[in-house]
Amino acid sequence: MTTQGLIAPVTEPLWRIRLRLAWRGLTANWRLFKENPIGLIGLGIILFFALMALAHPVLMATVWETRVYDPIIGYDDQIAVHPAPPSARHPLGTDPLGRDVLSQLLYSTRSEFALGLLAALVSVVVATAVGAMAAYFGGIIDTIFMRIADVVLMLPFIAVLIVLTALLRFELIHLAIVYGVLVGFGGQTIVVKSQALSIKIKPFIEAARVAGGGHWHIIATHMLPNLLPLAFLYMMLTATNAIFAEAVLSYFGLLNIRMSWGIMLNTARVSGYLLAGPDYFHLIIPAGAAISLLCSAFYLVGRAMDEVVNPRLRKR
Amino acid sequence: MAKYVARRLIQVAVTLVVFQTLLFVILDAQPGDITNLYLMNPKVTPEARDMIRANLGLDRPPLERYVQWMRNALTGNLGVSFMHWPRSVVDVVLERAPRTIFLFVSAQLLSFTIGFVLGKQLAWRRGTPFEYGNTIIGVLFYTVFTPWFGLMMLIIFGLWLKILPVGKFLDPMLWRQSQYSDVTANTVFYGLIATGLLIGLITAVLLIATRNVIGKKQRNLRAAGLAVLGVVAVVAWALSGIGVLALDMLHHMVLPLIVYTLVTYAGSMLLMRNTMLETLGEDYVMAAKAKGLSDKVVRDRHAARNALLPVLTFLVINLPFALSGGIITESVFSWEGMGLTLLQAVQNEDIPLAMGALSVIGILALIAHLVADVMYAFLDPRIRYE
Repeated sequence: MTTQGLIAPVTEPLWRIRLRLAWRGLTANWRLFKENPIGLIGLGIILFFALMALAHPVLMATVWETRVYDPIIGYDDQIAVHPAPPSARHPLGTDPLGRDVLSQLLYSTRSEFALGLLAALVSVVVATAVGAMAAYFGGIIDTIFMRIADVVLMLPFIAVLIVLTALLRFELIHLAIVYGVLVGFGGQTIVVKSQALSIKIKPFIEAARVAGGGHWHIIATHMLPNLLPLAFLYMMLTATNAIFAEAVLSYFGLLNIRMSWGIMLNTARVSGYLLAGPDYFHLIIPAGAAISLLCSAFYLVGRAMDEVVNPRLRKR
Repeated sequence: MAKYVARRLIQVAVTLVVFQTLLFVILDAQPGDITNLYLMNPKVTPEARDMIRANLGLDRPPLERYVQWMRNALTGNLGVSFMHWPRSVVDVVLERAPRTIFLFVSAQLLSFTIGFVLGKQLAWRRGTPFEYGNTIIGVLFYTVFTPWFGLMMLIIFGLWLKILPVGKFLDPMLWRQSQYSDVTANTVFYGLIATGLLIGLITAVLLIATRNVIGKKQRNLRAAGLAVLGVVAVVAWALSGIGVLALDMLHHMVLPLIVYTLVTYAGSMLLMRNTMLETLGEDYVMAAKAKGLSDKVVRDRHAARNALLPVLTFLVINLPFALSGGIITESVFSWEGMGLTLLQAVQNEDIPLAMGALSVIGILALIAHLVADVMYAFLDPRIRYE
């Protein structure tokens, strides 16, 4: 005679239900992601680089002597002429300043990851917040942010960054934040906003409002979770571009960074080994290939995620 | 259509003003001013520094300086370059812009065509090794570290095979000959740009004129028209007396063009694949297949044409990114265009030239945007009757 007989009482705590749902969504998405070999290749490359980043501190602590193998201030006095070609002692040779190239390569991996992830995070936070707000409130807020996006969209980022480096002192963290903000206010906002618009008209938003949910509560708990997959996809693309931008600026010697793949190429360029022939390829090929590979890995993962996020692209 | 273009023009003007304001704010937010350069110089007293400041108008309130800045920008007065003293920034920029425009436009056209044709095939052959292989190669080119890639191409084609020149955009020895004493590089560039524009226009007219001719006849007509056009262009240049110089420049352009095209084509290719996949799922494509039309007709006539529009949008959004790629390509191949000018100006702390170059690159991006937008409105009537 009570409703207890009709509806089984929920004994499970709410957070466990939420966790289970999230887990189910994750495995479903992973199954879709796995179908595409392109994403798996990208993920494999990223894992490989992550191992490289982890390998550096381990190697420094065990095998490599700090005095010789330090990526920034190391110097090998056992070898008379630097840059030395690859040998058993230095698998990728040494650079014009007598530092080990492999050590530099491994050491830089960590900061590239940090840069890519930080820039991606900043851009996603800005883009989802602005996009969701613009879509939810509409009106003047929408107009202002969309006009800003139009202007940002027309800026050639590399050119703007080059000029900014002339005026400000740029380190890795500044670059990551400036880049993230530029991307976040630009194209990404527009994409997130159009997605948010389609969520805004869904019945559950209306239900939440009828139930008495405030504006910010609805944006935070009902809109943002639905925007996250798209935001995650754009994080991958931003990471690609941020790493690329850092490499370009470092290659031209415009950043205040002590070591990165771009700096390695810059060292070779400044000391005149760029066109010196195959004997000095160990100065340019590892760093150049590393930048290209990591960028393409993030991009490939982003593409594969596109097929997960965008149902219209799925195989039928 | 005219109304649409007018509205876009107003938007472009507003954006330009905002862009210039942004430049002013960036510059004005810097601590100190130009007189800081003389701080360590005992011969320049504080009074002298104040005088310099007063002469340059740096002691006025920010609003007044802003108005002055905008007035200067609108009248094309961008100051004097430090590096190329006493030449004005506008002079330097005008000298170098045609080189960038020529390289940029040809590379964009080439990469768009390649991307369109390949993307179509990728969607059609979804799930085959052809698709995966092409996607991976495309992404590799798209995300390759451009300076490094350009360098490797330079080493292979310029140093080892010696079939293409290493850097710069002309061969000075050729220009030393007396009969070319009054020819400047830009004369040739303007000629090349004009030729390109004419060929583009006539090709467009040709394609539109023959669009209702059916079957093999159409292909033959178009091929014949293009062949005649090509022959006329070559003969005209041969008779102009500076054909050798133009050929020399084109020879220098091959390598930057290849690199620039390779690093950008994948963008339109991958997007073309995606939009094509969406159109392939549409009912009208199934109807066309059910009607018994050949694969080629379904793919090229029914699916690809409808997939083209989003790709054009992408092209518009991607233009600034492509311009950035141009800056890198130019600096690797010492192609003395806007990008290299910007980079050199920044490396030599020539702030007026850097600001001028950035404004002009911004304006180029805006114009390219506008052209692509108008083209888009021309192709998609839904936009212009909004």
